[in-house]
Amino acid sequence: MSDTATAQASQRDAPDPPPRSGRRPARIRFARLRDLVLVPAIVGIAVIGQLVSPVFLNRDNLINILQTMSEIALLVLAQTLVLVAGRMDLSLESTFGLAPGIAAWLTVAAGAGHGLGVLSGVWSVPITLLVGVLVGAANAVLIVRFGLNGFIVTLGMLIVLRGLLTGISGGQTFFGLPSSMMYLGTAVWLGLPASVWLCLALFAVGIVVLGYTRFGRALYAIGGNADAARAAGIRVERVLTIVLIVASVLAALGGLLLSGRLASVAAAQGNGYIFTVFAAAVIGGVSLNGGKGTVFGAFTGILLLYLIQNVLTLASVPAQWIGALNGAIILIALVLSRITSGKAQD
Amino acid sequence: MSDNRDAAPPVVEATKISKRFGSTVALRDAGLVVRPGQTHALVGRNGAGKSTLVSILTGLQQPDAGRLRFGGRPAPRINDRDGWRREVACVYQKSTIIGSLSVAENLFLNRQDRGRAGLLDWPGVRRRARELLATYGVDVDVRTLAGDLSVERRQFVEIARALSFGARFIILDEPTAQLDAAAIARLFSKIRELQAQRVTFLFISHHLQEVYDICDTVTVFRDARWIVTAPVAELPRADLVAAMTGDAGGLTAARERPAVDAAATPTLQVRDLIGDNFAELSLDIRPGEIVGVAGAGGSGRTELAETIVGLRRPASGTTTVGGAPVKPGDVGAGLAAGIGFVPQDRHRQGFVADMSIADNATMTIAGRLGRAGLISRRRTGAEARAMIESLAIKTTGPELAVRALSGGNQQKVVMARALASHPRLLVLINPTAGVDVRSKEFLLSKVDEAADRGTAVLVASDELDDLRPCDRVLVLFQGRLVAELPRGWHDHELVAAMEGLNRHV
Repeated sequence: MSDTATAQASQRDAPDPPPRSGRRPARIRFARLRDLVLVPAIVGIAVIGQLVSPVFLNRDNLINILQTMSEIALLVLAQTLVLVAGRMDLSLESTFGLAPGIAAWLTVAAGAGHGLGVLSGVWSVPITLLVGVLVGAANAVLIVRFGLNGFIVTLGMLIVLRGLLTGISGGQTFFGLPSSMMYLGTAVWLGLPASVWLCLALFAVGIVVLGYTRFGRALYAIGGNADAARAAGIRVERVLTIVLIVASVLAALGGLLLSGRLASVAAAQGNGYIFTVFAAAVIGGVSLNGGKGTVFGAFTGILLLYLIQNVLTLASVPAQWIGALNGAIILIALVLSRITSGKAQD
Repeated sequence: MSDNRDAAPPVVEATKISKRFGSTVALRDAGLVVRPGQTHALVGRNGAGKSTLVSILTGLQQPDAGRLRFGGRPAPRINDRDGWRREVACVYQKSTIIGSLSVAENLFLNRQDRGRAGLLDWPGVRRRARELLATYGVDVDVRTLAGDLSVERRQFVEIARALSFGARFIILDEPTAQLDAAAIARLFSKIRELQAQRVTFLFISHHLQEVYDICDTVTVFRDARWIVTAPVAELPRADLVAAMTGDAGGLTAARERPAVDAAATPTLQVRDLIGDNFAELSLDIRPGEIVGVAGAGGSGRTELAETIVGLRRPASGTTTVGGAPVKPGDVGAGLAAGIGFVPQDRHRQGFVADMSIADNATMTIAGRLGRAGLISRRRTGAEARAMIESLAIKTTGPELAVRALSGGNQQKVVMARALASHPRLLVLINPTAGVDVRSKEFLLSKVDEAADRGTAVLVASDELDDLRPCDRVLVLFQGRLVAELPRGWHDHELVAAMEGLNRHV
């Protein structure tokens, strides 16, 4: 045994050196801050909103914001799960329309519209969720089992599902939905819309799952380095399959909330949402390359976008200009989050 | 070597293992027997089949034929990862650390502590991680993102993780390739401690000296076959090299080099350069001169070299190549000024693994291989074939992806890229890391040839073999120049200077 080894051994017997107080707390603060990067921006927007219009901080206005974002927020949550695992799912926006669309198709009474009326209305919610499961499973088979490129697979799926909805609806809107389909989009629980409760609860579950379960951490590991994850005994294929299915079910649920609130399923429901979804996730700190980002960050991302939209509406910005402003806001938000996080975005 | 030790079943016994990949035979009737408590070296040149054997021993690949037993029992089923991990742990050459996760999480990935309600107990995970690292004397904050660690510390974390699985048989696949002398010493003292606890090691290394330092038995593979297994004490260095190469010889003594023209204008002039981890360094390198920059990890040697080529931006100071100042912190400007370089970590900065040899090797000179901004495939191919020939790269052709090459041949591609532009100044950072003895000698002879053509060469390394051909060696310690050794130094002189033992200039 060499001298160095003995020296090391005796070093180990010594009590642990006190933590370097200068460094560790700083790291903790930094780690937490990354998650809260957008909070100052949200506060700033709230102040501006209040200056623009005293209506902004009204309870009704705030609830309105939360309710209108609750449906798309579920898409953001779904996309965040998939992105963290290092994949992407473009087809979520089509599932968002198709799942409630098929439920409406099967349950709305035949007559004026395109409804078949073959099933009782009580089946509408289970059918919606089932469509979500099937779409997710189809994506998983193509991406995980056959190893096809996720971007292209889900792009193809986006087009197919959109086309299916147009096909079954004849390009028209389903009305007269069964009451069970309307419930979640219209009910009010304890003074807040049910969809807001549901959205907040699912985000809370998302935070816990991604931060505090082995399954959630496996998503980060797979997104960071799939080979290393496999070497650590993570069943990569199984985890990816589950996450793709869960994401599609969340999208179906989001679509159900919107259909309930609007009491209809339009053929274009969800069309173009995916861009806002990606923007919100990335602004919220989720990496497009996988392995980085949090559910809470993604929530602040979508919240920020919807607060800004609301402020613009209250400021009576002409509707024709909102699109251009939205795009500009997304770019500005990206620049700001780059500055505040201090790291290059992937 | 007591009798009862030999009587116990071998920790691992591989018999008549064969494995083919397409038309390539990776292993042919190869065998290996490792007995309990041994530290067993597995040596062989690049392509001898070591890596394939390791992936078979760790259950990542199934042999086409042959039998594998652990402690007398048959190997676990190929899908039983936990079963394999109980038998054998491996620190691979390629990092299996996930850069976007914290050190603590990497250590306990997929086996994190769970508290109430089945949720992860993060304080518990961090505490266990701190304990684990403290046990192995690794001074790393467990909250750090693993991607922010230096190569050396990342590897230490990996070694600690492999040990933490509790297996009594540990494979170290070139663990020292990217470590400096001090880190290697720490690793070796750790290995010795574990040897005392009857942990068995299979140690794969290109450094024959390490084999003699740390191992008691050595097995040599050559051309996919088992050649010999013997106690290291009975196999002198010359015989070992002969077994590896099929002929006698070691690293040939550095040949005489022509005297450098002291009156010539220096190709490289560095004045009062201050940068990451080093301060106020000045140095000149004349045409045809090979200057070594030695130093332990953290001495600033790598940072100095990276600053000169433009990978890092200096705080102040100037760099002049061929009389013209080079824009600091700009690799493009460095290349334009005639700097060719071999970066420290070939996997990260040296090549694009999925691109072909031709594309990688001509990356720095793509502008010259065609007109109007277009690249001529024909000229790229011709250029690459010339490089493959001059550097003796073992490949089926210039179109093969670099990923498919062995470590030594990958490094040759990186060297080819550095030489492609016929640089005035060649900067090499650990140019022979993870490369077998023959390829090492070959690469260094190419450096010599470049110097003979008038190229100024800077070699930043702590590898004595890399520094031996240098006309003089500058030694850095904690960012300052502490010694300058002319050619013909003794190993202990240089090592002492690198460890900061004699601080005189």
